[in-house]
Amino acid sequence: MTATTVQANRERWASLLQRQGAAVVLVVVIAVAWIAFPRFGSLGNLRDLALQSSFLLVIALGMTFVIITGGIDLSVGSVYALGGVLAAYGSQWGFFGSLLLPLAVCGIIGLINGILVARTGMAPFIVTLASLLFARGLLLAITSEGSTTFKIPGDAVFLRLGQGTFLGIGYPVYIAAALCLAGGVLLRRTRFGQSVFATGGAESSALLMGLPVARTKIAVYTMSGLLAGFAGALTAAYLQSGVTVIGVGTELDAIAVVVIGGTLLTGGAGTIIGTVIGVGLRNVIQSVINQIGTLDSNFQSVVSGGFLLVVVVVQRWLAKSRNA
Amino acid sequence: MTRTRWLQEYGVYLAVAGLFAFNLLFTENFVSAANFRTQLLQAAPVCIVALGMALVIGTEGVDLSVGAVMALSAALIPLYLGYGPLLAVLVALVVGLAAGLFNGFLVAQLGIQPIVATLGLLVGGRGLALVIAEGKLVEVRSPEFLSLGNGDVFGIPVSVLVAAVLAVGVGLLVQRTTFGRQLVAIGGNRSASALAGLPVKRVLIGVYAICGVLAGVAGVLATARLGASDPADIGLLMELSAITAVVVGGTPLTGGRVRVLGTVMGAVLMQLVRATLIKHDLPDSATQMVQAAIIIAAVYVARERSTR
Repeated sequence: MTATTVQANRERWASLLQRQGAAVVLVVVIAVAWIAFPRFGSLGNLRDLALQSSFLLVIALGMTFVIITGGIDLSVGSVYALGGVLAAYGSQWGFFGSLLLPLAVCGIIGLINGILVARTGMAPFIVTLASLLFARGLLLAITSEGSTTFKIPGDAVFLRLGQGTFLGIGYPVYIAAALCLAGGVLLRRTRFGQSVFATGGAESSALLMGLPVARTKIAVYTMSGLLAGFAGALTAAYLQSGVTVIGVGTELDAIAVVVIGGTLLTGGAGTIIGTVIGVGLRNVIQSVINQIGTLDSNFQSVVSGGFLLVVVVVQRWLAKSRNA
Repeated sequence: MTRTRWLQEYGVYLAVAGLFAFNLLFTENFVSAANFRTQLLQAAPVCIVALGMALVIGTEGVDLSVGAVMALSAALIPLYLGYGPLLAVLVALVVGLAAGLFNGFLVAQLGIQPIVATLGLLVGGRGLALVIAEGKLVEVRSPEFLSLGNGDVFGIPVSVLVAAVLAVGVGLLVQRTTFGRQLVAIGGNRSASALAGLPVKRVLIGVYAICGVLAGVAGVLATARLGASDPADIGLLMELSAITAVVVGGTPLTGGRVRVLGTVMGAVLMQLVRATLIKHDLPDSATQMVQAAIIIAAVYVARERSTR
């Protein structure tokens, strides 16, 4: 074998690992868990796993778009919690109140994030940090410092969105799957998707090519806000009330699963399926830790953090070996 | 000097002075030794962490792990307090140093983006702290150790004194040492600094190490003040407060400039905002929204400067 074919082989493996590494690990972890813990493979556990994953997946979907443009959205955890409270609050005006109120408010927060990032050139990190504080403050103001809990009436149609099942699987799972499918098509098959990649890959070239960079950025932050708010509404429908204390640190979970899924934080590259796998991996590991039982549940974040680091280091190492 | 430039340079002092004047006029019982003491005590940990963060941001980086590192150092204190407070404090600082070196290694040697490199420790570090403490709040009883939290030296609280000494130290480091000049140069233009033969990797590792140690110091002081090691709560969202103090204090996120006194003032300003709103019976929600507005305003002004 000549040196060039060795190099070519290595590159192929490197790129395969980079793209499919998380998927391989996910399969291995599931296989091991299935054999080692009889309860893991039970239908009930898998159903719960899918349902729990769907809420985070909806948030991470928006985050994937933002990160591909080279940005970051730290506000999603607060916006998620705010969306839940607004959905419960809006339930007094029926189904559409529950749905439209959170979408409108969270969409506007996302829109403002986008405008500030795209039009003033402020760092996404700081802009969305400010809206993290703002959304949490708004949430506290609505619930009079978190002391008021809004309940969704037990007969509300809206509840079915979170609690309904089809073929034994919860509606949120189908909704998350549909949104991911739509997101994947949007990213891969449309002009908008192309400008998302171009914006993150090389912003100045994208500008020179006449792509609507600013509009693309505004759109992805708006999407991220909408999706985080919608995930909050779904969670509220599932829990039958708006819970004020959720979502703290969720932005970091979302970023972590997106990165684990192979989307580069530097922008320009990423996939929706990777994010799906990232969410799956996070929650499967969590489930495994719960099954072990004797293991401290706090161990879960240690594993997540360690895993994130390993993935990032491997990504970096592969990128270097491909350039070499 | 243009007006925006001036605002960026001195805006934080102006804001502190303005808020101070407002409180003098409109807040009851504002002027009292006890109140000043409380305000400074509250601002001290944020200030200490923000000093390290300012150095990191000066190199165009960011350290998201500071809150988790505080929790980690706090979790270890009860384990070693039996061997004397000095050893416990030392262990806490060494853990901070180790965390900082780890972050620095990822950023400098492996070339990983600071946000991601330190995100790993943010996610994992607090979990590790909780595992070490078995998820529990542990009371701390050693009087010598507790005196770090509520003791005085010449009438000044120990933690305020520590913060002041560290601020002077960091100020001298930036202004008067080769390391400080190299740090600022690297933040301004990393590749040019590398070409000019500056020890880029060593400086970066050093900066994250300092940031980690300072987070460890803050963890020690927070534990002493609380009288307990609470890994679930100590340092929570500290990374955001520290970044805010740094940015409000005039250090741009794009690096190449470190404002030490501005950072201290940034920490004081955020504390003063909180205190003012609380004293006027405005709730937490208002505080958070006002903080958000201040951050946006500060960064907007900073942006004007950098595009010029």
